[in-house]
Amino acid sequence: MTKALGAFYPRDRSWHPKAYTPEYKTSVLRSPQKPLVSLGSTLSETTGPVFGHSALGELDADLILNCARPGESALGERIIVHGRVLAENARPVPNVLIEVWQANAGGRYRHKKDGYLAPLDPNFGGCGRVLTDEEGYYAFRTIKPGPYPWPNGVNDWRPAHIHFSLFGSGFAQRLISQMYFEGDPHIALCPIVNTIGDPDAIDMLTAKLDMNNTIPMNARAYRFDVVLRGRRSTLFENRMEGN
Amino acid sequence: MVKFEYLKETPSQTAGPYLHIGCTPNFIGNDGIYARDLGSSMVAEGAKGERIVVSGRIFDGAGATIKDAMVEIWQADADGLYNSPEEPRGDADPRFTGWGRQPVDMETGVFQFETIKPGQVPFPDGRMQAPHISLWIVARGINLGLNTRLYFADEDEANAVDPVLQRIEHKHRIQTLIAGKIDGGYALDIYLQGDNETVFFDI
Ligand SMILES: [Fe+2]
Repeated sequence: MTKALGAFYPRDRSWHPKAYTPEYKTSVLRSPQKPLVSLGSTLSETTGPVFGHSALGELDADLILNCARPGESALGERIIVHGRVLAENARPVPNVLIEVWQANAGGRYRHKKDGYLAPLDPNFGGCGRVLTDEEGYYAFRTIKPGPYPWPNGVNDWRPAHIHFSLFGSGFAQRLISQMYFEGDPHIALCPIVNTIGDPDAIDMLTAKLDMNNTIPMNARAYRFDVVLRGRRSTLFENRMEGN
Repeated sequence: MVKFEYLKETPSQTAGPYLHIGCTPNFIGNDGIYARDLGSSMVAEGAKGERIVVSGRIFDGAGATIKDAMVEIWQADADGLYNSPEEPRGDADPRFTGWGRQPVDMETGVFQFETIKPGQVPFPDGRMQAPHISLWIVARGINLGLNTRLYFADEDEANAVDPVLQRIEHKHRIQTLIAGKIDGGYALDIYLQGDNETVFFDI
């Protein structure tokens, strides 16, 4: 066999949010109640789709311009979000497709189901995507999204956040999460954030202001690293018993 | 004491109700940003194998269809090979991506994939798995994407010896993974809770 099997480390499901989190009401009827059947990695899980630059458009990583009329740009605080995607074994993960989506500066989504009274920005679509480079680095430019109210408790507001979707090299690494902004008082109040139990895990979702990479007179930078599941080394694993 | 350099995985958060904006913007009319929605087409002209349509709905614990979910599928080609650099056994059919992504219909809750019937793929111990499609389901209210599998009702023999299905202790639950044959393809409804709760996997 020429290629590593690369089974994934088991997922730490006590670190992730539980399925049933009644403070986040929608989870109550959408959470499986029976135990998961432990499967681990077969070829169906260790393989996964890959995406090349040909799948992406020129402005995909620039949310300030990718939906703007010629000569115009999105309204709001200009920011650069950047960071590195690593695996649990601390190795960089190249070629990760990162898809992001977010509300505009007023907290309104460009979505037919969002009826929040804050106005749409005609120059802001709210979606972007980028591939990590050989060292696992990525960057995109956007505006800081606004907080918005949502129907859960009678007065719940989401902290400002950017939704992230990531593809590693195996289907078992597929992950969707949300990035928050350092210092936002809504983080501690949010029932969705608080589906996560460990404060260190919440801290992993909190991007930090990065003045070194802030471009003077132009855009502030936030640093957000992401960790995907790691693969086992295949010591002894490629040999069939008895061979 | 030796300290191993392992990092914790980034914790999951729900995809929320507006996942279409980032994943399938053209589906909600946010067109002009991406040329097409990734995963909307899996099969190119001349792909090997039997063309099928796989469809289904997702039900919550109150028996209502979920209208804001998104389903991704991943499967082998007709010869049982994955179109992935991690596939060690050879090159898959380049006319078949193996990966599809579809939001459920916002009125009916139906998801639908035009794909091909997958071939068989070995389990790590060398036994053959029955033809199957891996599913990943995300939605508002789902805190961590759900992994399940779809098997085919007309593959009785292979299903009976499938090493993954054999791992399911309560045998009556196996049928929650078996898609029925319908006109033009296969259908599988997914139940998040209740007596018919679908088997979900820790992969
Ligand atoms: Fe959101």
